[in-house]
Amino acid sequence: MLLATRGLGKRYARGRVAVDALQDVGVDIEEGAFVTVTGPSGSGKTTLLLTLAGLLRPSAGEIHFRGEPVQELSDAAWAAFRRKHLGFVMQNFSLVPYLTALENVMLPMTLAGTPSAEREPRARVLLDRVELGDRMEHLPRELSAGQQQRVAIARALANNPALILADEPTGNLDPALADDVLALLKKLNEEDGTAILMVTHSPRAAEVGTARIHLEAGRIVSGNGTA
Amino acid sequence: MKLAHVTWKELKHRRASLVSGLIAITLGIAVIVGIRAVTRASEYAVTVQLDSLGANVLVLPQGASVDEYHTADIDAPTFPEEYVETMVTSGLLGVENISPKLTRRTEVNGTSIVLTGVLPDSEVAKKPVWLMEGLVDGDGGGHVCKGRHGAAADPRLKRNIIEELDPGECLVGSAAAKRLGLEVGSVVTVKTAELEVIAINDPTGTVDDDRLFMHLHAMQDLLGIGKQLSVIEVMGCCSAISDGLLSKLRNILPDTRVTSISQIVSTQIETNRLMDRLSWGVLFIVLLVGGLSIGNYMWANVNQRRREIGIMRMLGAKRSSILGVLLAKALVLGVVGGLIGYGLGTIVVVGFGPDILGIEVEALPVWLGLSVLLATVVAVLGSLLPAWLASRFDPSANMQEV
Ligand SMILES: Nc1ncnc2c1ncn2[C@@H]1O[C@H](COP(=O)(O)OP(=O)(O)OP(=O)(O)O)[C@@H](O)[C@H]1O
Ligand SMILES: [Mg+2]
Repeated sequence: MLLATRGLGKRYARGRVAVDALQDVGVDIEEGAFVTVTGPSGSGKTTLLLTLAGLLRPSAGEIHFRGEPVQELSDAAWAAFRRKHLGFVMQNFSLVPYLTALENVMLPMTLAGTPSAEREPRARVLLDRVELGDRMEHLPRELSAGQQQRVAIARALANNPALILADEPTGNLDPALADDVLALLKKLNEEDGTAILMVTHSPRAAEVGTARIHLEAGRIVSGNGTA
Repeated sequence: MKLAHVTWKELKHRRASLVSGLIAITLGIAVIVGIRAVTRASEYAVTVQLDSLGANVLVLPQGASVDEYHTADIDAPTFPEEYVETMVTSGLLGVENISPKLTRRTEVNGTSIVLTGVLPDSEVAKKPVWLMEGLVDGDGGGHVCKGRHGAAADPRLKRNIIEELDPGECLVGSAAAKRLGLEVGSVVTVKTAELEVIAINDPTGTVDDDRLFMHLHAMQDLLGIGKQLSVIEVMGCCSAISDGLLSKLRNILPDTRVTSISQIVSTQIETNRLMDRLSWGVLFIVLLVGGLSIGNYMWANVNQRRREIGIMRMLGAKRSSILGVLLAKALVLGVVGGLIGYGLGTIVVVGFGPDILGIEVEALPVWLGLSVLLATVVAVLGSLLPAWLASRFDPSANMQEV
């Protein structure tokens, strides 16, 4: 098992009202799986994804990565964990606005301390792979939405992660572009065996995965990630 | 790509806003450099003028007063001439010139007059150690001393330097010449000696106008008082005097009275101290304001950058990496602000100094390095808190926005 949670809970306690965004969530993501997470707005999908990445601290439960508990890791250890094992594709693309496509893809390698001679060649290969070989020197604002999301996907692959966390990667894209991005993710999943956990609103997108989880009001109502 | 590259690209990306970040530190450094240059120039000018008025330290016999030295009574105390050697061989720094003198009141043609025995410059020059200009104190004290010989001094204020004086010759002060009816070429009888007047000194407005100068050794023989002196006049650099030259002299010559001609010295020292204190005070305030202003700019900058900082944290950046990227920016701001500030301050005071302040101001090259150093330290210190807070921004905060 690549990633598993047991009894995972997340309570937001800002202000007077406490919101239980996740309650007793148990998911199992196998190596190479393509799991989609669906659910209505506010059901806790993004919260789940951020918690699995250590960007939010769970209020209850456990997270195991390849059998090792990780929920107690320090902030610095979680950061190292993200550098090494995780890739991210977000709805808003999350590119650094003043870095070119090439530099954005090199950024995770720089942060991870990949030998500097390897960074640029590898970034070029990845951008070629997402069919942006002719846009490497462009800034995000000089690229279309679909192209920006493909830069983000290339960046997610930079450190050869075991798992890509994608939050509504097609949410800001036209249907045709959305299909391209989904096909690309599917291809990476099949060719490289990189596991993907993808949050989505769209039932069509959810069909791409090999397993489904459906959340409502912070609880899993169907599926747990295994096929 | 290195992390420094991220800093660099961001700087270029938001270069328009750099002006607001740089303005305070740049102007601050410009003000500091300008004030230091003007202070140095006016210290120099003051010292040149005051030094040229004459000796500022007197070595007198134990128990003698400055008044006694001036009236030069017949029984005024004296001390051995060897003290000059003692002083010279002790290698004091900051002593520019030494002139041993013997003064005695005597009668010439029935008129009472003060006879002064001096060593001419030609004999002083045989002992080059007497001109010790080796004083160096980083911030330019050395050149202040050398300035005494500079062309900037008003010729009317120049000390009377007696170049040549043979044992059979004498110089007469302007007032004394009038009283005694002497002119160049006349012969004057002092006790048993016949002295030829080789020059009448220009009026100086000091006691020297009323004196008759003859060769020190000839005078000692004439009066039969052996190798004795009434005074050693010392020209000390004013910075050396404030550094304790007087007490050093007292240690070397314990049975003498070492005193400064207080009006001259205290004016020199006080003027320079005041300027110095003023400029350090301004420096402190300017750096404080500069640091706060950079900190303020950086706080605005990191808030503008919350999203990208969140992205970097999501990608696994360490807090120290975020801190590094931000402090590298502060470093660049400091270096650039220091360089521009130095250039600006220097151009303004060197260019407009003569017109506005009436003094020649020289650039201070040491301050190029100091400016960059100061600005960098201030920029980094000012940015420390904003950068540290930014490295602790909640990375999940902008992940939920679309
Ligand atoms: N920082 C926060 N503080 C307090 N409550 C929060 C915070 N973030 C999310 N919530 C609440 O937690 C619940 C789950 O939010 P979450 O963003 O995970 O939903 P989601 O399923 O991703 O929704 P969407 O489909 O609209 O993106 C919501 O009720 C939301 O209001
Ligand atoms: Mg969401």
